[in-house]
Amino acid sequence: MLTALVVWAAGAQAASDPFPSTYQPAAASPTLIRNATVLDGTGRRLDGADVLMRDGQIVAVGPGLAADGATVVDAQGRWVTPGLIDVHSHLGVYASPGVNAHQDGNEMTDPVTSGVWAEHGLWPQDPGFATALAGGVTTLQILPGSANLIGGRGVTVRNVPATTMQAMKFPDAPHGLKMACGENPKRVYGEKGRAPSTRMGNVAGYRQAFADAQDYRNQHEKYRRELATYEAQADDGKSSRKQGAGKAGPPAPPKRDLRLETLVAAMDGDIRVHIHCYRADEMAVMLDLAREFGFKVAAFHHGVEAYKIADRLAQEGVCGALWADWWGFKMEAYDAVWENIAFVDAPANGCAIVHSDSAEGIQRLNQEAAKAMSRGQRAGLDIPPERAIRWVTSNAARALGIEGKVGTLEPGKLADVVIWNRDPFSVYARADRVYVDGSLRFDRTAPSASPRSDFLLGQPAGGAL
Amino acid sequence: MRAASQIAGALLCALAALPMAAAAQDLLIRNARVHTVSERGTLEHADVLVRNGRIAAVGAGLAAAGATVVEAAGRPLTPGLFGGITALGVTEISLEPSTVDNDPPHGDPKGTAVEPRPEFDVTLAFNPESVVIGVNRVEGITFAMVAPGAATGAAVISGQGAVARLDGRVDAIAAPSRTLFANLGAGAAAAGVSRAAQFMLLEQAAREAKPTPQMRDPDFRLLTPTGREVLARYLGGGRIAFSVDRASDIRQVLAFARKQGARPVVIGGAQAWQVADQLAQTKVPVILDPLVDLPDTFDQLGATLENAARLQKAGVRIAFTNLNDGTHNARKVRQTAGIAVAHGLPWDAALAALTANPAEIFGLGTQFGRIAPGYVADLVLWSGDPLEVTTVAEQVWIDGRAQSMRSRQSELRDRYRPGAR
Repeated sequence: MLTALVVWAAGAQAASDPFPSTYQPAAASPTLIRNATVLDGTGRRLDGADVLMRDGQIVAVGPGLAADGATVVDAQGRWVTPGLIDVHSHLGVYASPGVNAHQDGNEMTDPVTSGVWAEHGLWPQDPGFATALAGGVTTLQILPGSANLIGGRGVTVRNVPATTMQAMKFPDAPHGLKMACGENPKRVYGEKGRAPSTRMGNVAGYRQAFADAQDYRNQHEKYRRELATYEAQADDGKSSRKQGAGKAGPPAPPKRDLRLETLVAAMDGDIRVHIHCYRADEMAVMLDLAREFGFKVAAFHHGVEAYKIADRLAQEGVCGALWADWWGFKMEAYDAVWENIAFVDAPANGCAIVHSDSAEGIQRLNQEAAKAMSRGQRAGLDIPPERAIRWVTSNAARALGIEGKVGTLEPGKLADVVIWNRDPFSVYARADRVYVDGSLRFDRTAPSASPRSDFLLGQPAGGAL
Repeated sequence: MRAASQIAGALLCALAALPMAAAAQDLLIRNARVHTVSERGTLEHADVLVRNGRIAAVGAGLAAAGATVVEAAGRPLTPGLFGGITALGVTEISLEPSTVDNDPPHGDPKGTAVEPRPEFDVTLAFNPESVVIGVNRVEGITFAMVAPGAATGAAVISGQGAVARLDGRVDAIAAPSRTLFANLGAGAAAAGVSRAAQFMLLEQAAREAKPTPQMRDPDFRLLTPTGREVLARYLGGGRIAFSVDRASDIRQVLAFARKQGARPVVIGGAQAWQVADQLAQTKVPVILDPLVDLPDTFDQLGATLENAARLQKAGVRIAFTNLNDGTHNARKVRQTAGIAVAHGLPWDAALAALTANPAEIFGLGTQFGRIAPGYVADLVLWSGDPLEVTTVAEQVWIDGRAQSMRSRQSELRDRYRPGAR
């Protein structure tokens, strides 16, 4: 019964993952990167600095470190950053080639599908993982699409070649919950002649779902109380040896509901809430919704109008995961500005993130950040590269709840490191080497040693990333 | 070469028809790093003199009484950039059908009817005041192909487009650039018309456009009478742009064009590098997106970031387009050019692929895309390397007229700038 209690305790699901990570860091010999320009992800820039990695972790960053037997990589003239993190990817769930059989990102059969998990649609052979790695991406969150009000759980993965999803899964990273505002859900379901067909219907849909989850949580609390009473009475009965005690039998647990389980976990803070939302006014409604049901929004994704409410996002500690320049493909994406990311970054505690939502964009998050940095600078903001690199490293880690492990080059962090051929905020920048857990996973000078999807074997492939 | 002289003649007629409104003030841009995209290459500390909207002189120490003088302080000056294959001026919001005017007429919604409509001319809907144009113009995009959208379902031929100039003028369309567009490969195949059927339809349409005397009314099943006239013009030495990726399909396109006497342009061409020698020999240009390196379809299995470099090295004339959102983000073409450079394309070739090459491909090569005497003064002064993502266009001129550097986006920025409210 105690086992049942643990399993059924809402919120304990994340801790007892039925699809547990089997990720194993690859063997990594100690490496000393020598004499680079280092952007460490905390906002610091160190010129002529070394980075020492050992046992898969960052050991030290600074000038003149002793090699102490480590393999030395000369990075004179090159730049070093933490591995990049994309909080919004559909690699694996909308894999290349984009054939019908690979459309696994949107369970477009009900507006609330919080019971589905992106990891169950994730195809590890998507060739896009390798091209993202060549762009310096070492960790990414794979999300369900935005057709639904509540699309399901996202999964955070290490960007390593693997035969199974579990072998990519970032150990102990919290799940994400994908929600969507605005046009997509109301279009998808409105066209089917069912709710939601308006933004009103959208909000009613979220509220009813979370109200049901509150009820579900209450049922579990009631069950736990009754179970505790029953077990106390049973113990009582045993000790007093009275006949007939506990004759009613143990209380029956509520029927398990995968949709509501996820929502309860979100309300309990065990799952991070990521909301696709473009318009400023809709983000404000979602912040009120979050307060009504007691959950925290980790990040608004796409947020083309986030700059209009930058101060409020910063005050509430909500990140904006944004593009540099996408716009105009639908009405809610009409009010784009180049400076969106920089303006969201500007207030104290502002949390700007550059995300991709794209198999192409994820290959050059650094350049997307560069565009936003440059436009922000021209608008008068002081944004040096050591600040802007946070948009694709530490801020992204914060939104995913893995900031204790990755996102900076601080000692003790996982040794996810990119050596760039030059200033990464350039159109000519390319990753020369990418380390995951201190293990060299991409080497531009040795393409044959870099990952190649099973799918591409024997195909007339281009032969160059 | 008869076709080329016809085109040149048509261009002269088109220019003669331009209203000579308000002769532009003479302009002298001093001390620029002038990327001429001509045999003169890049000139440091050079001056560019503009008279009546045309480049009058390029060189050191130019002077002109009464001209507006712009001090470039060594910054780069390039020709105005070509925005690629776009729906500029014919689409405002992609997902709002009431603002989308580049789609060819639909056939039977069930997809059973096959109705190629070569007479569909997207430029009739061109709105020079589109906000999307202004957003791209301030980024240095001064001309672009306004193209029909992909043919619905099975039609294969989607209609005609032409290059538009992007300064808000009413007579924006450059007549010599008229092009017929066709789509082949995975897209139509997914819509239920296999590749073999696509080429069958093309052959049938061509036969109707150029009928034999033996053909009778029942033999004309595919095209309207207007469609037949239009297609006949393009088959008689006109320019047909084929959106096509797979190497084997490109070979079929070349064979079709040779047989019909059309001049093909390949758009997309993810596997074009595999047939680079053949493209070079037949002088068929490729307008590509250098960022395509993943197989979005089975037609793109050979996709590589080196496509541009390999084609250029083989002697193929290339130009760039953004296949992802080539309309709203047409401005991204210069970033794609820079990425092509990072993957082996010479820098000068990348700039040519944004300027002189597309002008040449669309029959405008004697007027646009270079900074040389006699050329139209469409110019951009940059804050730094024009292919660099941190660079911005500081001033754009079209016909020698300084364009406003504000757009709807800069209005929004200034309203919400931190501290502004």
